Amino acid sequence: MNRALLIWRKSLNVVMLTLTGVAALSVVSVLFLILGYLIWHGGASLSWNFFTQLPKPVGETGGGMANAIVGSLKLLLLAAVIGLPVGLMAGVYLAEFGGQTFSFVIRYTTDLLNGVPSIVIGIFAYSLVVLPVKHFSTLAGGFALGIMVIPITVRSTEEFLRAIPGTLREGAMALGASKWKTIATVVLPAASGGILTGMLLALARVAGETAPLLFTAFSNRFWSPGWSQPIASLPVMIYTYAIAPYDDWHRQAWAAGLVLLGLVLLANLGCRLALNRGGNVRSV
Amino acid sequence: MTSTVTTIQHAAPPYSGPRAFVRRLRHGDEIAHLITLTFAAAILLITSMLVWELWVNSHLSRAKFGWNFFWTQTWDPIFDNFGAAPFIYGTLVTSIVALVIAVPLGLASAIFLSELAPRKISDAVSFLIDLLAAVPSVIYGLLGIFVVVPLMRSWLGPFLINTLGKVPVLGKLFAGPNYGVGFFTAGIVLAIMVVPFIISVSREVLLTVPREQREAALALGATRWESTSKVVVPWARTGIMGSIFLALARALGETMAVTMVIGNDPKISASLLHPGYTIAAVIANEFTEATGDLYLSALIELGLVLFLMTFILNGLARILIVATERGGGRPA
Repeated sequence: MNRALLIWRKSLNVVMLTLTGVAALSVVSVLFLILGYLIWHGGASLSWNFFTQLPKPVGETGGGMANAIVGSLKLLLLAAVIGLPVGLMAGVYLAEFGGQTFSFVIRYTTDLLNGVPSIVIGIFAYSLVVLPVKHFSTLAGGFALGIMVIPITVRSTEEFLRAIPGTLREGAMALGASKWKTIATVVLPAASGGILTGMLLALARVAGETAPLLFTAFSNRFWSPGWSQPIASLPVMIYTYAIAPYDDWHRQAWAAGLVLLGLVLLANLGCRLALNRGGNVRSV
Repeated sequence: MTSTVTTIQHAAPPYSGPRAFVRRLRHGDEIAHLITLTFAAAILLITSMLVWELWVNSHLSRAKFGWNFFWTQTWDPIFDNFGAAPFIYGTLVTSIVALVIAVPLGLASAIFLSELAPRKISDAVSFLIDLLAAVPSVIYGLLGIFVVVPLMRSWLGPFLINTLGKVPVLGKLFAGPNYGVGFFTAGIVLAIMVVPFIISVSREVLLTVPREQREAALALGATRWESTSKVVVPWARTGIMGSIFLALARALGETMAVTMVIGNDPKISASLLHPGYTIAAVIANEFTEATGDLYLSALIELGLVLFLMTFILNGLARILIVATERGGGRPA
């Protein structure tokens, strides 16, 4: 009886532990499945034209997504200009100046803002930027993405600033530097690697966002000069091409998906490797 | 060098009143403080403006439908009659399906990473899982349309109908016809999308469980699995709940991938294999086509509902995770 129980417990142990391993393996394999599938399908449809040509009119095959690639870059530039300064400064406040209660409120709000569904951010940008001028624009899309950049930047900036040892600050202050001088010339430079990586990660995350662009930047089958016209972007193009009934569009969606995923994963890979290896090497 | 000296001279004498404030301003610290504070306050402002805009712009719909909005099942843009029930239903059902799949998978993986795998392998796998979390949702949608939906249509759907569909009560959930698109397909795609979040947060939480807890259980003769399932996991359960809430909040608000595979049909049906609609999906699909102020207002009210749902869940999740990481977890 006792022996049977022991065998039962031991086999349960082996079975359950194996299952956890299988679970981890299957989750990781999903990443490689996604990558493999996109390379297989997207690689075949990727061509020079994809990067240099405008979309062809409906029904004609060929063409590319040059305007969407430029569009995504323009939107990201706007997002960076709008979101990064706010994120950086607020992060500095939380790490260097903040008191107890107010900092807690800011931190909590930041987390909540981070959790707001991107489609709701889209509605926000729509009612704030699109409604008053009554047309979709690059500006509105960039604004929506910029809002999403803020919370991510705040938290990463704060984290990297906190990782700088207090002795560094004390050293600078002992030399007579004022607090802001300490921050600007000692603490921020020491944390700059981490902070910049965090910013790049934030941009990589919003680069793939589709939902907030649907009714802010909208889309465009042509070039979009300036900042006040609707503009195409890679994620929105993937969406519209994927749900369209044309085979050629599907092929282009795969190609665009490969380009987008490649860029996002490369940025992530680079940043995370740099962070894992370096950490706070520069601060010491 | 000179500036350093003057700084010290300024700092020393005890000024008070407005003069001191001016001195400190000249000193620069207060200015820096104020500037960064302004940016931090901007986050508060943005978030409250977000709520305000949702509230104000959904006014028409709130005034006309009131609470009935939540249980009306019609969505009729032509006669300006809007109800949120099918969308709320779809959002909840797809998220629950996602959790039913993702929680066991994620928790098991987290256990493997924190309890079994050597640190190096654990770190490497977590790294890959972080990358998985970075995949844009539209890519999941793309794979959803061209991989998961055909799989569901030709293989998994018929399989489910023939097996689980035959079980007395459960069978209702897996009744045909099977279109390939629907709640279940959306749930699968969502599950894949939220699993990385469950894993990375649960792993962090499990790693905070003190080693003595495991050792004590093992010393009492427990097997590895028993120490994990009866000691470690119960200790970390609050944090694990937090990770599940986070995942749920993400699943509720996920837009693109769901829009592409759910079938976009505002109906409430018991079968998970039938097409449905979610809040995020209907906003994504109909927002630009919304003619008429009431139509737009109803869509924005849906956005408000979605915002509140995720707002509450996120808040709860943060509290739970912080509680466990501060050592609030107790063995059962």
